[in-house]
Amino acid sequence: MRQVLEEVAVRNNTDIVTARNSVRTHAKQIGFGLVDQSRIATAVSELARNIVVYAKSGKVEIAKLNEDSKKGIEVVCEDNGPGIPDIEQAMSEGFTTGGSLGMGMPGTKKLMDAMDVWSEAGKGTRITIRKFLK
Amino acid sequence: MERIPVLKISDFLIVTIQVALDDESALKLQEDILEEIAKTKAKGLLIDITAVDIVDSFMGRMIRDIARMARLMGPPTIVVGMQPAVAITLVELGLKMTGVSCALNLEKGLLMLKEMVEAKEREERTLEAEETEGYEAGA
Ligand SMILES: Nc1ncnc2c1ncn2[C@@H]1O[C@H](COP(=O)(O)OP(=O)(O)O)[C@@H](O)[C@H]1O
Ligand SMILES: [Mg+2]
Repeated sequence: MRQVLEEVAVRNNTDIVTARNSVRTHAKQIGFGLVDQSRIATAVSELARNIVVYAKSGKVEIAKLNEDSKKGIEVVCEDNGPGIPDIEQAMSEGFTTGGSLGMGMPGTKKLMDAMDVWSEAGKGTRITIRKFLK
Repeated sequence: MERIPVLKISDFLIVTIQVALDDESALKLQEDILEEIAKTKAKGLLIDITAVDIVDSFMGRMIRDIARMARLMGPPTIVVGMQPAVAITLVELGLKMTGVSCALNLEKGLLMLKEMVEAKEREERTLEAEETEGYEAGA
């Protein structure tokens, strides 16, 4: 079962803070420990910033995964921006078109248990990340 | 936007980050700190991040940059109070904090900073003495 807990609109710097704080609160409620809370919130901070910087606006949807075998959290970060032309390149460490560190995408993959990236030129980007309770 | 105060206490600048900083406020803080270093001629800089529970690549880079820039301007910097979960996350994220000195808490940080400042002043005195000696010998 997948239960949507909250949706955060992401348009500016303040929304990045709101998104990562909300996700942290939900992660805690679901039962994640301090380190996992930090991992999940940091990953969402990276993806929310990418929305603001590269796509101007979008949204972050926080959901609870509640299957018998797997419980955890799923966060979908979505925008209607320019899209990512080469996903593999964007996932590699140090690649950036924004003059920053190029660590957001590869870092998010390392911090989470699963990461799916969908993107189409001119249509937008949708990144789904998951973390499961151990 | 949040404005974080930069306090001068004796020879040190002390910055305590107590609220969640958005990117713009973080950049403003970086600017404020560097300005205060130039203005006050502080001998050391201490940044307390005990209350900070999320450090992503942007914030991590900012902390690292402040420490490096301050060092270039003179004063050594020490970051205190990084939460264990934050430290673990930063390492996993892959962000290297090379060049940043850290201490467990404010008390240990202040002690360490004093030592760093003293070591730096000793080094400067030695250099000066050597320069004078060289000058005298050559004269
Ligand atoms: N939502 C997005 N829309 C368009 N491009 C994106 C998006 N997210 C990431 N990218 C692209 O992927 C690159 C790598 O992103 P990231 O790893 O977060 O590093 P950085 O943000 O420092 O560049 C970005 O520079 C950008 O070109
Ligand atoms: Mg990024």
